[in-house]
Amino acid sequence: MLWKKTIVISLGLSLMIFPFSEWTIGRPVYGFSNQVIQQGATGNDVIELQSRLQYLGFYNGDIDGVFGWGTYWAVRNFQSEFGLEIDGLVGEEVKAKLNKASQYDEGYVKEQIQKGNDFTHYGGVPKKQQTKQDNNKRDQNKQTEQSTPNEPTAVNVPGGYSQNEIQLMANAVYGEARGEPYVGQVAVASVIINRVQSSSFPNSVSGVIFEPRAFTAVSDGQIWLTPNETAKEAVIDAMNGWDPSGQALYYFNPNTATSSWIWSRPQIKQIGKHIFCK
Amino acid sequence: MIRTILIAFFAVSTIGAGVWGYMEHQDKNAVLIQAENNYQRAFHELTYNVELLHDKIGSTLAMNSRQQLSPQLAEIWKVTSEANGDVGQLPLTLMPFNKTEEFLSQIGDFAYRTAVRDLEKKPLTEEEVQKLEELHEHSREIKNELRKVQNVVLRDNLRWMDVELALATNDEVGDNTIVDGFRTVEKTVEGFETAELGTGSGTSDTTENYRFLSGENLSKEQAEKVASSWLEDIDTKKLRMTDSGKGAEVPTITASFQDGEKNGYLDMTKKGGHPLTMMISRPIKKAKIGLHEASEKAKSFVERLDVDSVELVESSQYGNTGVFRFVYTKDDIRYYPDAMVLKVALDNGEVMGLSAREFFNYHNDRKINPPVLTEEKAREKVNPQLEIQQQRLSVIENDIKEEVLCYEFLTTMENTTYRIFINATNGEEEKVETLKKSEMKYNQEV
Repeated sequence: MLWKKTIVISLGLSLMIFPFSEWTIGRPVYGFSNQVIQQGATGNDVIELQSRLQYLGFYNGDIDGVFGWGTYWAVRNFQSEFGLEIDGLVGEEVKAKLNKASQYDEGYVKEQIQKGNDFTHYGGVPKKQQTKQDNNKRDQNKQTEQSTPNEPTAVNVPGGYSQNEIQLMANAVYGEARGEPYVGQVAVASVIINRVQSSSFPNSVSGVIFEPRAFTAVSDGQIWLTPNETAKEAVIDAMNGWDPSGQALYYFNPNTATSSWIWSRPQIKQIGKHIFCK
Repeated sequence: MIRTILIAFFAVSTIGAGVWGYMEHQDKNAVLIQAENNYQRAFHELTYNVELLHDKIGSTLAMNSRQQLSPQLAEIWKVTSEANGDVGQLPLTLMPFNKTEEFLSQIGDFAYRTAVRDLEKKPLTEEEVQKLEELHEHSREIKNELRKVQNVVLRDNLRWMDVELALATNDEVGDNTIVDGFRTVEKTVEGFETAELGTGSGTSDTTENYRFLSGENLSKEQAEKVASSWLEDIDTKKLRMTDSGKGAEVPTITASFQDGEKNGYLDMTKKGGHPLTMMISRPIKKAKIGLHEASEKAKSFVERLDVDSVELVESSQYGNTGVFRFVYTKDDIRYYPDAMVLKVALDNGEVMGLSAREFFNYHNDRKINPPVLTEEKAREKVNPQLEIQQQRLSVIENDIKEEVLCYEFLTTMENTTYRIFINATNGEEEKVETLKKSEMKYNQEV
């Protein structure tokens, strides 16, 4: 009897040392790709990086797959704690140290992201306590689950703008210039931005776009067509500082322009069908 | 029999069409009236606000106590911004009405600058009082013109929708009182030229742009060569070259090409052939290289610009492209005005775009005085709630468009990062920015 007891106890003890969960998860294979990860990056590498940093308690933000400032400080703190060069870049050495010091439960993280739950990935805390399921979301998530697998839940946006403004401007650009070359679309987007910055026009993107009679696409409803990706890309380029229009505030199509006033404006250049002017 | 049925049928359908038509007409009218009312509200509010503005400037002039002055100026600032908002809602874009808007925003700027100043220490100067008097006079003229228009509008029941229609159909708006009235207002404003309203500080409008450009004017052949070197050594025969018109801030030459799915575009200055904007557009395949590798490619591309040293200050990934912002550095000081942005395709690391307008506009050999304040002293000026993570020296352009040397502190509070610029000469907090670059995807939440 005593013999049996010893076995049970020692088995139990061994379980305490090697908890089952450790085995069932299985050691993650080296998840990171071999790219150096730097600030501004998005994707799976960043999700893993954030999870691992959170596991160690360096990162307290959302695991969203975008390497933002929060992640940047976490990486720097990690580097200083582990005696590495502090540069905020995640290269081979940092990855190896991270791999050694932390665990990454990829299945769990990806599942939470897919379900759209609020979750964390701290080491030493049971997973159940780290998720908050939002029941309202569950039904909708079932539908979207398949369409967006394993994608970051956040995106980079140019400073001072939001995705919805990008969308609104993409609508305007698409309505106004969808037949134009790419440069022409960027130029139209930069006219909108130049107007926002000018003191003789409204001070917001929506104010400029919806100013009465400012854009024909707004007046005739073409602004509500669904824009394509090109228009969106053009808008993001313009927001990031590209301005092929040469700081223009107006543009017109010489074939259809009815106003003689617009012809009196000093012209800068023609791109595609549009003449851009001051 | 058939005849009666037919007659009945046509009678019913005619009545039906009539009723339907009448209802459509009613609906259309309702929408038109709705739009008309919006215009009317904006117009009447504009006249009211301009009148209010005139009164407020008047009472500012009459005021003696300084405690009252600041709130009064702040009030003027608010009213001008509201008036500007009203103008933005009127269908005037294709009419020459921007002088009035500019005038309003200039009053706003003036009021703002004086309102935020500590008037106990730095009271209004003689010059500023004189400027206020001028503004008072000008606003009176605008007010009177607008009131006249308003009176006619109310007396004759004029409708803004007619202005819309007139503007839409034909430019020569013959006898439209509203349009004529606004033209008069605009002429009045033009009378007091913007120069005399100069808000007391050198704004960028008055300084010449791109005055630091080096080099000689390019000949056509030289321009083609330069363009081709920036656009992937494309055959100069494929390039289309055009010169900029007289509206351009700086004379430029534009080169563009179309080569299968790929098209390219380059703006360069006529003087010296410096590339201002370069864009290449082609379908980009799945991302293969990382942001870091792409930033190295961007950096080696920048080196072709003949700049001593630049530093990467910002990088972000948008789908399968990476966008990188570089600034000029010298003696470990960052010069934020001298900025350039590059775009790199992440499928093969090709540089897809360059925007160096800011760089060529601002870059010059400046003399920057060494900092007066020590870093320790500057640190004390930062809000103690913030945790300072990184610091360096940098040059920025401040609110009044002056280049100032600052201590730059990257700080954190909770989970947010702030960038603080402390003037290295007088310790003033020049600028505080919240650094935010990513945004959650809303479509996953809703």
